[in-house]
Amino acid sequence: MPKMTIDGIEIEVPAGINVLQACELAGKEIPRFCYHERLSVAGNCRMCLVEQEKAPKPIASCAMPVAEGMVIKTDTPLVRKARNGVMEFLLINHPLDCPICDQGGECDLQDQAMAYGRGFSRYAEEKRAVTDKEFGPLVKTVMTRCIQCTRCIRFATEIAGTETLGGVSRGEHLEITTYVEKTLDSELSGNLIDVCPVGALTSKPYAFTARPWELVKTDSIDVADATGTNIRLDTRGREVLRVLPRLNEDVNEEWMADKGRFNVDGLMRQRLDRPYVRVDGKLKPATWTEALDAIAAKLKGLDGKKIAAIAGDLCDAESMFALKEVMTSLGSGNLDCRQDGAAVDPKVRASYLFNTTIAGIEKADAILLIGTNPRWEAPIVNARIRKRYLKGGLKVAAIGPKYDLTYPVDVLGAGADTLGQFANGSHAFAQVLKDAKAPMLIVGMGALARPDGAAILAQAKAVADACGLIKEGWNGFNVLQTAAGRVAGLELGFVPKQGGRDIAGILDGTRKGEIEFVYLLGADEIDPSHFGKAFVVYQGHHGDRGAHRADVVLPGAAYTEKDGTYMNLEGRAQLAMLAIFPPGEAKEDWAILRALSEKLGKPLGYDTLDQLRTKLYQANKRFQRLNAVEPAFWEDFGHMGSMGAGSTDAKPFASPIANYYMTDPISRASATMAECTEAFVSPKKKTGTHG
Amino acid sequence: MSAAATNDDFVQPTSFAFSEANLAEAKKHIAKYPKGRQASAVMPLLWLAQYQEGWVSRVAMDVIAEMLEMAPIRVYEVATFYTMYNLKPVGKHLVQICRTTPCWLRGSDGLTEMCKKKLGVDLHGTSADGKFTIMEVECLGACVNAPMVQINDDFYEDLTPETLAKVLDELAAGRQPKIGPQVDRLNSAPEGGMTTLKDVAKGAGQ
Ligand code: SF4
Ligand code: FES
Ligand code: FES
Repeated sequence: MPKMTIDGIEIEVPAGINVLQACELAGKEIPRFCYHERLSVAGNCRMCLVEQEKAPKPIASCAMPVAEGMVIKTDTPLVRKARNGVMEFLLINHPLDCPICDQGGECDLQDQAMAYGRGFSRYAEEKRAVTDKEFGPLVKTVMTRCIQCTRCIRFATEIAGTETLGGVSRGEHLEITTYVEKTLDSELSGNLIDVCPVGALTSKPYAFTARPWELVKTDSIDVADATGTNIRLDTRGREVLRVLPRLNEDVNEEWMADKGRFNVDGLMRQRLDRPYVRVDGKLKPATWTEALDAIAAKLKGLDGKKIAAIAGDLCDAESMFALKEVMTSLGSGNLDCRQDGAAVDPKVRASYLFNTTIAGIEKADAILLIGTNPRWEAPIVNARIRKRYLKGGLKVAAIGPKYDLTYPVDVLGAGADTLGQFANGSHAFAQVLKDAKAPMLIVGMGALARPDGAAILAQAKAVADACGLIKEGWNGFNVLQTAAGRVAGLELGFVPKQGGRDIAGILDGTRKGEIEFVYLLGADEIDPSHFGKAFVVYQGHHGDRGAHRADVVLPGAAYTEKDGTYMNLEGRAQLAMLAIFPPGEAKEDWAILRALSEKLGKPLGYDTLDQLRTKLYQANKRFQRLNAVEPAFWEDFGHMGSMGAGSTDAKPFASPIANYYMTDPISRASATMAECTEAFVSPKKKTGTHG
Repeated sequence: MSAAATNDDFVQPTSFAFSEANLAEAKKHIAKYPKGRQASAVMPLLWLAQYQEGWVSRVAMDVIAEMLEMAPIRVYEVATFYTMYNLKPVGKHLVQICRTTPCWLRGSDGLTEMCKKKLGVDLHGTSADGKFTIMEVECLGACVNAPMVQINDDFYEDLTPETLAKVLDELAAGRQPKIGPQVDRLNSAPEGGMTTLKDVAKGAGQ
């Protein structure tokens, strides 16, 4: 570890870091534009200049590796003068449009101009102007503001893996653009807005909406997929205006996927803001009392066997826990949180978790993808795989359709037949897995959420055992969940009780008339025709599929409007905080269930969320250990619970997601997501006007 | 960026293929670099494409990107960085007028003015008959015979507006004018013949 002196402070720093990082370790802040911890070093803005003893001129600290005995000065007249000069050059061509710039108040250039700017301009000539670029519906460009730091190019090339951004021409004419004005086809494009240090790339949907200092900031968790991305909700009044990622090295680092960032306009549309009861075939507005009475009347004297409950994809743990208890009090064991029928074994944690953990991907050296398109199902997980790929020496193969995953993938076959060759070790890639130090397999809902899912799960387990995916300190068996509420539902046992029906059984029952009452907790992904004549209660926040079929609608809260616990695909419990209140008469979901239980004459044993959580923690301690992942026992797999029997179907695997931008009630209600669908997914893709 | 590359007032072709000879040449360039580093051959390939077509079209860049397994934007970056790649079609004769100090002091401005007037175009413009495109470039390394222009592969030196006009007329008529100095001298030897070292020094060769 080299020793160096920074502003007179002697410090020992890790080898291989650069002078800028060393200065930070010594507690010195270095201004910068182009340098970004997670991107390659460009060293082109020159804002980070510092003085190095014996060097003839100031050095760019971000591009200079540390060395033994270096003497660095970060605050000398020379350094100040150099930075003042850089700042003056940067401002020569930067427009004076801060009053109409969305970056205002959180702009690196603005902040650093306060510290290093001269306060007036000596430049009397004309400034350069640059035509704006069309990057699609999410990223707005005002290219005249660009300072050519190339962070966006490096992000797109390195992290997002979509090499479409570049800098064309040179010198004063340098411009950032996509090749032939293509739009930016990436699920991570919103991060460009965050990496751009100035107002050149800003959020299109959020344009001219608010100033950062007007916003109230609340920590939350993204529910658009099961990654559990840590986010911050920026609200003003009763509206979430934007979503930004929070740092969590174990989960999302500092990135976030576009769906969760940009679907928030969907929270203001098609909301259920009052209860409804179906009268003469039509949903009529009702009061809470009327709605709860209607449910109580229907349930009166109904045998528990004829009652069922289904939890949807966006549910928080607390509300599922409350609903489970209500169902128990009604004597029903028919409950399931797997709307898609995914055949994971609720008794065996290892069978439904991403056991390797997201950060663990960085240790892997061979990955087999089974029936999954991680780029759409969990863009953040996919970005980790790409990060690992960039370090070199990673082999990735897939069974299922060919997707562009931003790293090379060998497609080995289409379906279960190929998987079978792994289990018996006859496939060539099986040897690659066996030889690997840290092999992984990732099985997606495209393989598990089908009638033969249980058999495929069993096969995947057999592959894991046969190819040595489970070793001391390493579990390479991973299930890629897609629903934010799923793991919590499985953990707290929102699954059929002994003798109860699972999702297929419930729907079979409703079709046959054996199930007469179905409680949908935010479950919108089921074709309503399956419900037959059953009495359907829908509790949720959007007027989506479930509410349209319901006989009673109870307006609940979206994830932004309640305190809730979510468990991500690794089994990591995380808290989301209430940022705004639910609209109209809508209420927090656990409270609705508490009120209903009262009406049913079987009140739940808690009156506050804290009391509920105490019970939840008693039932399952893992909900209490926030931001921790508890490894699952592999040995249980195949011994506890039932191991999938039956034969597999030759039908090819396919990702369950046909359109990344619309997968849940919130994103389906979002106008921005509709625009993205139009721009990136639908076949009538806009092409450039020429070329 | 150079307006030339974005504001298309011309039609981009829809296909491009290297001629057989150029393809062989391209492969030679690619073979110079270790596997996985083919992208290093991007400049010679762009140059070959330009040599073949007179300019580098977008589809040519796409073809090159594919040959070198690199993202099209990376090829585009290189092509726009270097001014010697023409990103729009040029006339049959590309007149590059040197404007760096020696040529400028010796009257290159006059050459440019003459060309503009004679051909009725601005810099980077192509004459109506499609025969000439004019542009200004930096030092071409023949300063000793300043001012000079390069037309396609040939240098024309020691120019005046009048002599350059004659060169253009010849070319327009389909004839090949004299290449090199347009005054009476051999290469960069003195005008009007040799002036020194004409006789044998006393005592030499004894
Ligand atoms: S657009 Fe922003 S991030 Fe990209 S080069 Fe310009 S200033 Fe940097
Ligand atoms: S931050 Fe070091 S040169 Fe830009
Ligand atoms: S200055 Fe014209 S050739 Fe050198």
